[in-house]
Amino acid sequence: MAQRRTAWTRLTTPFANIPASTATTLALAMWIAVIGGWALLSYGRVVPNMFLPTPGTVLQTAYRMSLDGSLFYHTFTSAKVVILGFIVSSVIAVPLGLWMGTYRAVQAPLEPLVNFIRYLPVTSFVPLFILWIGIGIEQRIAVIFFGTFFQQLVMISDCARSVSRDLVNASYTLGTKRSEAVWHVIFPAALPAILDTLRVTMGWAWTYLVVAELVAASSGLGYISLKAMRGFQVDVIFMAIAAIGLLGLITDTAFRILRARVAPWAA
Amino acid sequence: MGSLTMNASPQTAAGSRVVMTETIKANNPAGTTHAAGDQRSAGTTMAIEDVTLRYGDANGVLALDDVSLKVAKNEFCVIVGPSGCGKSSLLYLAAGLNDATSGSIRVGGREVIEPGPDRGMVFQSYTLFPWLTVRANIEYGPKRKGLPAEQRRQVVDQYLNEVGLAPFADHYPAQLSGGMKQRVAIARALANDPAVLLMDEPFGALDSQTRGTMQKLLLRVWERQQKTVLFVTHDIDEALVLGDRVLVMTARPGKIKAEIKVDIPRPRSMDVILEPDFIALKRRILGLLHDEIDEDH
Repeated sequence: MAQRRTAWTRLTTPFANIPASTATTLALAMWIAVIGGWALLSYGRVVPNMFLPTPGTVLQTAYRMSLDGSLFYHTFTSAKVVILGFIVSSVIAVPLGLWMGTYRAVQAPLEPLVNFIRYLPVTSFVPLFILWIGIGIEQRIAVIFFGTFFQQLVMISDCARSVSRDLVNASYTLGTKRSEAVWHVIFPAALPAILDTLRVTMGWAWTYLVVAELVAASSGLGYISLKAMRGFQVDVIFMAIAAIGLLGLITDTAFRILRARVAPWAA
Repeated sequence: MGSLTMNASPQTAAGSRVVMTETIKANNPAGTTHAAGDQRSAGTTMAIEDVTLRYGDANGVLALDDVSLKVAKNEFCVIVGPSGCGKSSLLYLAAGLNDATSGSIRVGGREVIEPGPDRGMVFQSYTLFPWLTVRANIEYGPKRKGLPAEQRRQVVDQYLNEVGLAPFADHYPAQLSGGMKQRVAIARALANDPAVLLMDEPFGALDSQTRGTMQKLLLRVWERQQKTVLFVTHDIDEALVLGDRVLVMTARPGKIKAEIKVDIPRPRSMDVILEPDFIALKRRILGLLHDEIDEDH
C-alpha cells in the first residue's frame, strides 16, 4: 500500500504522517535556513554589524560570558523569577480553576472580574507594582504572576467544564459522592488538558520576564539586554534572546515529558 | 439531557393518550417456562409511579407524561420507543441523575432522590475513566464502597472473566475497541452489585456484528448473575432477544403504549430472531412503533 504512494503524495496529504527522519530533516533545514539567512545578512554586510551581529560574534560573547560566570548568573536569576512566578500562579490557578469550571456558584462571581483583569496590559501595572512592592525580586515575580494567573484561571476552568457529563454521571452511579466528584473524576479527567494549559502559559511567563526585568532589575537576561542596548552591544542582546528561547524550549520539552509520565493514558 | 428529547414535534392527538396495554403470549411449547420465572415475579425491585418530566417552566416541552411501570426482581425489562420519546430521560430519572417534575420512583422500597451505587448504569457513550486501567475501572465502585483490597481483587477477577477481558486487565480504555469498552462498562457496573442495572442503549454505537456478540454476552452474564435490568433501546430485535418483557413507548410526550411479555424460552441463542414466535412479536411491535412514527409526521 505505502509503496504505491509517492513521497510527494504523502507530504501533501492532509493529516498524513511523515517518517520521523523526514520530520527531523525538515526541522533542521528550517534552523539552517534561519541561521544561514542571518549569517548571509551579517557576514555579507547587508545589514551593518552594529545592528545585526554575526553568529560568530554572538557565540563568542556567549563563550566569554560563560567563562566569567555572568551568563549563568543572569540566566539563573531570570529562571528563578519565571519559575517562582509560574509556580505561585499555578498552585492557586489549578484548584481555583477546577472549582470555577465545576461549580457555577464559583464561576458566576469570578468570571466577569477575571475577564476584566485578563485584558489589562501587564506593563501598565509595572509602575504600580514598583510603588507597592518595591524593586526586589518580589516585584518581578508579581509581574509574571499577574501575566499568567488570570489566563490560567480561565483556561483551566474551561478544561474542567469540558469534562464529559456522562463520565461524572457514571461515577455517581458507582457511588461517588457529589463532593468527591471534583477530586475523583473532574481533576483526573481534565489533567492532560490542564498540563497542556500549564505548558502554554509557561511560555507566556517567559515572555513577561523581559517586561519585568526591563524596568526594575539589577540582574537577569532582560536586564543585561537593556544594559547592552545602552552600550550598543547588539551581540549581548542577541545572546540574551537566544538564551530565553532555549530555556523556553527546555521547559516546553520538560512539560511534554511530564505529561507523558503523569498522563500516559492520554494520546 | 435536553439533547435526548430533540426533534419531535409536540403531539396533541387525544387518541394517543389512551394507553393500550396488552400481553401477547408467544406460542410456547408447554414446559419450557424458565425456572427463574416464578422467582422473578416474587417481588418488585423498581416501581415508577406517575412520573412526568417537563423541561423548563410549565410551558416547557413535555418529555414524559404520566409514566408508570414496575420491574420485578431479576427481571430483564426492555423499553423500546422512537428516538426522542424520552426513554433515556426515564432511565436518567431512575438513576437519580435528573429530577422528575412529578411522580415517584422507588428502588428496593426506597425513594430515588439522588444517584447512588444501588442503581448501576451503562451509558450509550463510552464512560470508562480514561486514566484508570481496565482493572482499576472495575475496581472503582467496590473501592468507593470500602471493600478490602483482597475482596476487591476477587470481585474484579470474577467480572473480568465474566466479560472475557482478563488478558486486557492492565490496558487503558484508549487501547480498547468500542465493544470491549462496553464490556468493561458492564463489568464495572455489575462489580458494584447494584439492585438494578440501568442500560441506556449500551450497544447503540457499535457495529451490528459486535452488537450481536455483546447481546449474547449480556444474556449469558445475566442468566448467570440474575440481576434486575431495565434496558432502553430503539432496536426491536435487541429488545426481544434480551427481554422478559418489552414496554413500547409513544413518541413525545413519552407514555407506555403497550406491554409485551416475551415468552421465548431461555437460554436464548441469537438464532431466535428467525423463529415464528419471535417474528410475530416483532411484527406486533413494529406496528405499534409505525403508528407512532406516522403520527409524528
